[in-house]
Amino acid sequence: MNHWIVAPIVLPAILAPFIIMVLRYHLDLQRIFSVAGTVGLLGIALTLTAQASTGEIQTYELGNWRAPFGIVLVLDRMSAMMVLLTAVLALPVVLYAIGSGWDERGRHFHPLFQFQLMGVAGAFLTGDAFNLFVFFEVLLIASYGLMTHGGGAVRLKAGVQYVAYNLLGSTLFLFALGTLYGVTGTLNMADLAVRVAEMPAEDTALLRVGAVLLLLVFCVKAAVLPLHFWLPASYANAPLPVAALFAIMTKVGSYSILRIYTLVFGPDVAATSGLVGDWLLPAALLTLAVGTIGILGAQHIARLVAFGVIGSMGTLLIAVSLFNAEATAAALYYTVHSTFAAALLFLTADLVISRQGGAITDKTPMAQTGLISCLFFAGAIALAGMPPLSGFIGKLLVLDASRSNPDYPLIWAVILISSLVTIVGLARAGSLIFWKSHETRHNPELEPGNKDEEVAKPAPEPDAGLAFSAVFGVLAGLAMLTLFAGPALEYTRSTAKQLFSPAGYIEAVLKGDQE
Amino acid sequence: MEALLASAVGVLTAAGIFLILRRRTFPVILGLSLLTYAVNVFLFATGRLALNAPPVLNKYEEVAYTDPLPQALVLTAIVISFGMTAVIVMIALSAYLSTKNDHIDMTAQDNVDEAGEDA
Repeated sequence: MNHWIVAPIVLPAILAPFIIMVLRYHLDLQRIFSVAGTVGLLGIALTLTAQASTGEIQTYELGNWRAPFGIVLVLDRMSAMMVLLTAVLALPVVLYAIGSGWDERGRHFHPLFQFQLMGVAGAFLTGDAFNLFVFFEVLLIASYGLMTHGGGAVRLKAGVQYVAYNLLGSTLFLFALGTLYGVTGTLNMADLAVRVAEMPAEDTALLRVGAVLLLLVFCVKAAVLPLHFWLPASYANAPLPVAALFAIMTKVGSYSILRIYTLVFGPDVAATSGLVGDWLLPAALLTLAVGTIGILGAQHIARLVAFGVIGSMGTLLIAVSLFNAEATAAALYYTVHSTFAAALLFLTADLVISRQGGAITDKTPMAQTGLISCLFFAGAIALAGMPPLSGFIGKLLVLDASRSNPDYPLIWAVILISSLVTIVGLARAGSLIFWKSHETRHNPELEPGNKDEEVAKPAPEPDAGLAFSAVFGVLAGLAMLTLFAGPALEYTRSTAKQLFSPAGYIEAVLKGDQE
Repeated sequence: MEALLASAVGVLTAAGIFLILRRRTFPVILGLSLLTYAVNVFLFATGRLALNAPPVLNKYEEVAYTDPLPQALVLTAIVISFGMTAVIVMIALSAYLSTKNDHIDMTAQDNVDEAGEDA
């Protein structure tokens, strides 16, 4: 067995308690270990991706228990890619949190951050549905701590809503898993796929209920339309570097949808064929529309980005809901892009908020406004899907992949119009925050004495250089994704091909244990 | 037996859903707890109901046994929901102490504060 597969879970799982128990009162050491752990995770993820890119599906049996009975971790192209994405995102986020001083504003930022990484990596790697639930809970409980990090009345209040909503989601997850176990007698994903395919067609009513319940759970995570209400308040009130990391959490939902509904309830399974795509596509279209309207109406920059996340999840799920290899390749590419774009905008929003507050109105100018406005501009280009950044390629791929769908005029219309509205919304916010503020300053009538001058010079940011380099790191990630779109697409295409021939996955999980 | 168990799950779920739709945090947390009880009982039933049967296979003779896996699942679910309930109680308590009210919704006032606080 290849022990590297369990490393992305074990490394943070050891590091986080170590930081809590040994380095509790040493913030500098915590920072060093946390960054070192994240760099280590990145190295492991690169190794795993290199191994997975050969196309071989590897499994890791925990405790050496054979597959349908014990829990397996499975490394295929998609899980390796998602773990790599997590690690690549985590590094600039943790650097930003250190550079901006966010990790000093409450205790235990770094251990919670590592636990969050453990949960996310575990959710991507596991091959067992109940274990997926457990890793969801690990990442959620860490996210509760991170979301309320730093405290403050409004943040705690938003935290209560966030926790309550996710506890409901967890309950629903258990109901879905219970239903599936009751019908099939297994929770191993590969074994589920075999049993579901063997199930007689007239006996599938409960199975369909289970499949739809499970879809609802993943839609809660992915913030699909009727279940998205938790996201704006939570993300906008969380510490924004944390929100940048949470950009990967919505992707956990879309990843799970892709995994379960290609492997277990795939397009060829008679019992549930058409069930998922038919419901998901309209929901995704509405999600995109509502996210875009939210961008247009947002009064606060963090809320603006949160609605941007909802909109990009809409685009992503439109591609997912088509359930064919070409669209899935586009969806995976867009997953990477939208994660970086959301993180870039959240971090930029934090730079803005720490200097002049988050309300989208014309206020006093802020320090380093040129640099920050450039970052905001780049993030806006990425989010709206304009050339030259990778959002353009991603949207183009989604549009191209949807041509074979009979509803393609509707899909095209929604995506294109929402892109335009997104541009308008972001342009409104950008010009109010960055341009109007300067007008106010140079207008002598609006400058009553030195009052504005005081506000205009915020306290010097601690180590702002590190914060800026972290944000530029995310931007560099986007640029790389654009420059190397060819190899990236090649990888996502072969990933999609692997996803739509689930026999290889099933064989790797169930056969590998006979020896 | 089946009717008793099914109605228990149904009543617990209904009461839980009623409570989570209330406006204050305390009933909402109670509702979440009732829902987790409901799901725990439900998970038990997924291994089929067997009375007075051991949760292990007998190698030597054919005797009825009850599926042990749902019991392990329920145990995991109980531990997780217990921890989660403790977390939400703490967060709700600190939200109550810092805002001096225990409404679960974000009011317009909160959003004003939010813009002000960040500035």
